[in-house]
Amino acid sequence: MKSAVVTFPGSNRERDMMHALELVSGRKPAAVWHADTQLPDVDLVVLPGGFSYGDYLRSGAIAARAPIMDAVRAFAEKGGLVLGVCNGFQMLTEAGLLPGALMRNAALTFVCREVLMETASTANRFTAAMQKGATWRCPVAHHDGNYFADADTIRALEDGNRIAFRYAKGTNPNGSINDIAGITNAAGNVLGMMPHPENYVDPLQASTDGRAFFESICNAFAVA
Amino acid sequence: MKARVTVTLKTGVLDPQGKAIEGGLAALGFAGIDSVRQGKVFDIEISGRDADSARADLAAMCDKLLANTVIENYDIEIV
Repeated sequence: MKSAVVTFPGSNRERDMMHALELVSGRKPAAVWHADTQLPDVDLVVLPGGFSYGDYLRSGAIAARAPIMDAVRAFAEKGGLVLGVCNGFQMLTEAGLLPGALMRNAALTFVCREVLMETASTANRFTAAMQKGATWRCPVAHHDGNYFADADTIRALEDGNRIAFRYAKGTNPNGSINDIAGITNAAGNVLGMMPHPENYVDPLQASTDGRAFFESICNAFAVA
Repeated sequence: MKARVTVTLKTGVLDPQGKAIEGGLAALGFAGIDSVRQGKVFDIEISGRDADSARADLAAMCDKLLANTVIENYDIEIV
């Protein structure tokens, strides 16, 4: 699987993401800068976590209008896989590639801890090779992760099996509706999630539970 | 020409920051506050346009960047 990671001013998880992708896919991801206007020939584009543009105006709002985003949008429209983690999820909602918005955490505090994730849907190209209903450990680190959308949108997400990840019962760190941790678009080729699976892939880290997610993505591009 | 754009959360969207401010005001002893909603104000100076075309531009600015219309409403005032 060929991948690219887009770095914005204020991104801080781009190296973690590149490390995770290289570790699992065996190929070094291409580094793309926010001011670039073209993407290299890849299978997966990742918008990493951080505080792009200082989270000014709204988290992800300025990044969603960065020069590279036209190319990201065109790539997604052609069916390319786009993953947004944390700040990347916020960018995808701000760019209109995913519905809803990520609001201030209900308790108003920044949360930086481990949560238990439930793989709620495998009906998309990212989690297809994961075990539906299984729970796994994953860190979160965000201030604006409280997923909000109107009732019709939530119903469409639920009915369309588009909620890829939920916080396991009782571990919701931010007040997100229906414990939503990650969602996909209708076509299943754009996924946004608040937790950081890229930080649980290496034996040096507290857990390697995040590897299954990246292995599942790679599996989508495995040569038959 | 000067314009003031006010962005507020839509009705029905929870505002935890407004709630915290409401609690803070109550703690200071201010009585009779029914609710507090937090928003944003943008003061924008525009040159070389009549009020109508400025208003149209400002609406486009709100739709494209200043407001997230999933959760926010905006109001434009030419001052």
